[in-house]
Amino acid sequence: MLADGGALRVMQAVALFRMASDSRDVRAGLHRALQAEPLSLLSADDRSTAEIVLAEVLNNIAEHAYAQGDGTILLSLALGHDRLDCVIEDQGGPMPGGALPEGAAPDPARLPEGGFGWHLIRTLCCDLSYERIGPTNRLKFSLPAERSRG
Amino acid sequence: MLLKSAMAGTTLVIRVAEDRIDAAGAIQFKERMRDLIQVPCDRVILDLGQVHFLDSSGLGAVVAVMKLLAPERRLELAGLTPTVEKVFRLTRMDSVFTIHPALAEGLRNAG
Repeated sequence: MLADGGALRVMQAVALFRMASDSRDVRAGLHRALQAEPLSLLSADDRSTAEIVLAEVLNNIAEHAYAQGDGTILLSLALGHDRLDCVIEDQGGPMPGGALPEGAAPDPARLPEGGFGWHLIRTLCCDLSYERIGPTNRLKFSLPAERSRG
Repeated sequence: MLLKSAMAGTTLVIRVAEDRIDAAGAIQFKERMRDLIQVPCDRVILDLGQVHFLDSSGLGAVVAVMKLLAPERRLELAGLTPTVEKVFRLTRMDSVFTIHPALAEGLRNAG
């Protein structure tokens, strides 16, 4: 409860972005999201983290969930007090085994050319969850979101 | 994918004249690099000063180029911007490359 009895002001910026699953459309969709609120309100460091995680998630959907043919990806972002809640939906194939990859870090000494994606996602986000609802994959997670002072 | 290459003594310097190396450009990056590194040289420095974003596909392509140069030549990197540096650090791939703060240092410090 607020000591002064005043109304709790919750500023929440919400935005929805829709994109096709081709890698160029994903790049353009991510660009649109980064230029708009709420991502444009974030500090440079948190915006950079969001770009890394969202790029990995969106490209995974494009390459794996939609491996059999293109479809649509829906990205929804909601900025709360100090976190950015992200929900990403697609109608592609389900996650193998119905669960998210573990995302173990590849060993740098073996000069890996892939396998970095889920490691980056799991390192940078929290409250990660996945569910399959009918024909839809829904991935939810949150990211640190300090607002820019600039 | 625009890459500009020039010789500085016996060092081949390749500057990525693009904002990002991502899933939409990684294959092109690797193919262009494969062509450019055909010239005889002692060292190869990849100047990433203009690249603001690199994803896991882009990182994989940089590693692939390093393997194309091995074992005779190593790929050195210069001018990592904050997001690119973060990706190298979080994946610990910064441990396998010689990374110069900027191209000028790279050219001064042989090897």
